[in-house]
Amino acid sequence: MDATNPLFRMEGISKRYGGVRALERAELTVHAGRVHAILGENGAGKSTLIKIMAGVVAPDEGRMLLDGREVTFPDPAAANAAGIVCVFQELSLIPELSVADNIIVSHPPTRLGMIDRRAQRGLAEEALARAGGGDIHPSTLIKDLSLSRRQIVEIAKALARKPRVLILDEATSALSASDVESVFGVIRRLRDDGVAHLYISHRMHEIAELADTCTVFRNGRNVATYEARTKTDEQVVELMIGREYHNVFPPKPPRPEGKKPMLEVKNLTWSPRLNGVSLDVSAGEIVGLGGLDGQGQRELLLALFGVLRGASGDILVDGQPVSINSPREAKADRIGMALIPEDRKTEGLMLPMAVRDNLSFAAMSLFSRGGIIDRSAERRAIDEVIKLLAIKTDGIAVPAGSLSGGNQQKVVIAKWLMRKPRIILLNDPTRGIDVGTKQELYQLLRKLADAGAAIILYSTDYDELIGCCDKVLVMYDGAVKRMLAGTEITEKALIASALNIDADLKGAGAMRPAAQ
Amino acid sequence: MSEWRFWFNSQRGTLLALAIFILTFAIYLANHPAIVNNGLTVQGVGNVVQTAANKGILLALIAIAQTFVVLTAGIDLSVGMIFVLCNVVASFVVVNNLGAAWGFDLGPVFGPAVGIVLVLLVGIACGAVNGAIVIFGRLQPIVATIATSAVFFGIALWMRPQPGATPEFAKALGKVMLSKVNGVIPASMVFLLIVVVLLWIPYRRSVLGRATYAVGSSEAAAYMSGMPIRSAKFLAYVWSGLFSGLGGLYITFVTSSGQADQAAAGTYTLNSIAAVVLGGVSLFGGRGSAVGAVFGALAFLTIKDLMFVLNVDPLWQPLLQGVILLIAVSIGSARLFQVRNRLELFG
Repeated sequence: MDATNPLFRMEGISKRYGGVRALERAELTVHAGRVHAILGENGAGKSTLIKIMAGVVAPDEGRMLLDGREVTFPDPAAANAAGIVCVFQELSLIPELSVADNIIVSHPPTRLGMIDRRAQRGLAEEALARAGGGDIHPSTLIKDLSLSRRQIVEIAKALARKPRVLILDEATSALSASDVESVFGVIRRLRDDGVAHLYISHRMHEIAELADTCTVFRNGRNVATYEARTKTDEQVVELMIGREYHNVFPPKPPRPEGKKPMLEVKNLTWSPRLNGVSLDVSAGEIVGLGGLDGQGQRELLLALFGVLRGASGDILVDGQPVSINSPREAKADRIGMALIPEDRKTEGLMLPMAVRDNLSFAAMSLFSRGGIIDRSAERRAIDEVIKLLAIKTDGIAVPAGSLSGGNQQKVVIAKWLMRKPRIILLNDPTRGIDVGTKQELYQLLRKLADAGAAIILYSTDYDELIGCCDKVLVMYDGAVKRMLAGTEITEKALIASALNIDADLKGAGAMRPAAQ
Repeated sequence: MSEWRFWFNSQRGTLLALAIFILTFAIYLANHPAIVNNGLTVQGVGNVVQTAANKGILLALIAIAQTFVVLTAGIDLSVGMIFVLCNVVASFVVVNNLGAAWGFDLGPVFGPAVGIVLVLLVGIACGAVNGAIVIFGRLQPIVATIATSAVFFGIALWMRPQPGATPEFAKALGKVMLSKVNGVIPASMVFLLIVVVLLWIPYRRSVLGRATYAVGSSEAAAYMSGMPIRSAKFLAYVWSGLFSGLGGLYITFVTSSGQADQAAAGTYTLNSIAAVVLGGVSLFGGRGSAVGAVFGALAFLTIKDLMFVLNVDPLWQPLLQGVILLIAVSIGSARLFQVRNRLELFG
């Protein structure tokens, strides 16, 4: 290890998105020939840090040094040219192009000004073989590959660029166990060749196996850097979560016993993303969905709401089997379901349309007769929800896009509350909204549950699952791996079961196997 | 063997367009009066093919022009008007005595050659204007090209308020371009082949050509991969202008005159969109080829002409043309039935 001359350094990097601080004077030092693991919770600033390194976003302040010289990256191409190559979590592959085209995408070999396809094919095959994807045909279109295979192509693409610093952002999260092994082999070989690696993963055992150095991020800052394998899992988790805890959650009522479930799901499957999910929710109960990002939580909510074609398994409402084939059927009075979608800007709101129109869309049938909207009934209903949720808006005729993020989210929720749904599904509803609004939403959820609604809440924020939920189902690989109820719901228990660490952590509480 | 499968998969749209074209053209040929009355002679078939080819090349060139922009997930509503403007320009400059008015007569060989270059430069300039507005003005392609097409029309109208011809127009050249090579193969199809081989294929295999597909398929991924997305888009509009210009040149060979014809521009623009869709070019961008667009254009015209030779009552022709067109276009979208996440239907 060359301790005196780091290959790459980031000093005092800060970045704000609107009012939210993503990074605050973060530091990072990367050495050649080392695997440097970055740990932290969702939203700790890891992704922003990487995006700055890779030239995707520009930092507000701070500087970056490569070989001791200050560098700036106006775009990803500049970072690539400097030898900093990122394997993104959100894939950067072009679906309509072939595997070979994608791997050699930026600087293909040319002859007479045209791409030399034979030479390109050779380079692509070599890169694929090194990335452990020798079985992938270079002429296949990306869109015809599975997620796991695409990820291998993504790694091959990075290797073909001859990186000096290789960033792997959750690069293994979509891979099968055997693929992970071959990728690890590649990383070790490259490390021996002097390539520096930044390795971001939620999988603790991978980090233990691979990393030389670890840095923990929390709230946009690097809080600790240590040699790998010098801290226990427990200490690491402690470092990741060690932040002040606001008591913003309403008290939970005692859990009612022996109530019949309002919504029951049995063996719901939509391969390969959902592998036999079973759960039940009673009236008055808030059930959380936990786990790492992308373990099937979103698909579960979409499947319940009738969006996924070809999902199998049984859904029972009030003990009666139902079949739900579209959101239109899901919201019908017989079922009374509502889904607050993940992306309010595309799936929740028509941004240029008025707040009034947005609020009425889902509930139009309630105040129209013979296809004609009763404007005064609509007005009354709207006034009611605006008051209920305390939506701050300049009248109901302004476009929804002009509201703040928190108030936009309130509109999305309000539009479904107008229907008085019995089953409410929420997909990460507090993402990107301020603390005050979050608190109001927590109160609202509890109020709705007390009024008899059955609620399923998916959240990437562990605090929220702990503070709001009566029980939490932790998902892993498209199935419910553990159920935590009452006092078992602690941050440690959530993280440990999300990471699928089998050993009990001290004080994590008893873990029960998932109720089948 | 598996190589062929990948090739087939990537050329599916083009091959489908070719199949539709062959099928419709065979029916057309079999029912054409010249064939029905005189039997299947080389001479007879040659004449029918020549007529169809000289009509087909115009839409084929405009369809290629449209293809470039559609590949970037845009749409160019000015292709027809660039075509008309270049027709008007060509009717002035593709002449046997270019420069005579300024005292340097280039003669009947160099004159038309320089004239052709000028026409194509006008096409390229129009495309460059479109590209600059879309990329740097960040306007929607559909709006930008509606506006520029009005401007191009204004220029054409200013140059030729009335339809007209220049007496010195290079008629001999026009005659050659519409003739038959060896008495059988239409020169216009030879020209189209040369254009595709010399212009399209190198473009398709260039870095910027690939970037065009990447931009249309996923602009964010292309950006993240460090591809030259602006140059690629700009080039797509420039090439679109060039091919519209080639079309304008060819119509001038046919008519030997120029006309600022707004109706023709609109028809060619709309037909070019139908042709590219029929040719397997995805309106969402990133998929398709100019070769497919050419077959799409030829198939489109054949479907229209089919009604004549089948002696369908003229009152019923538009309706039947529409139905056949709808069926042909639906074949390509049958795969939507396999989508499993319904949200992807709207993607």
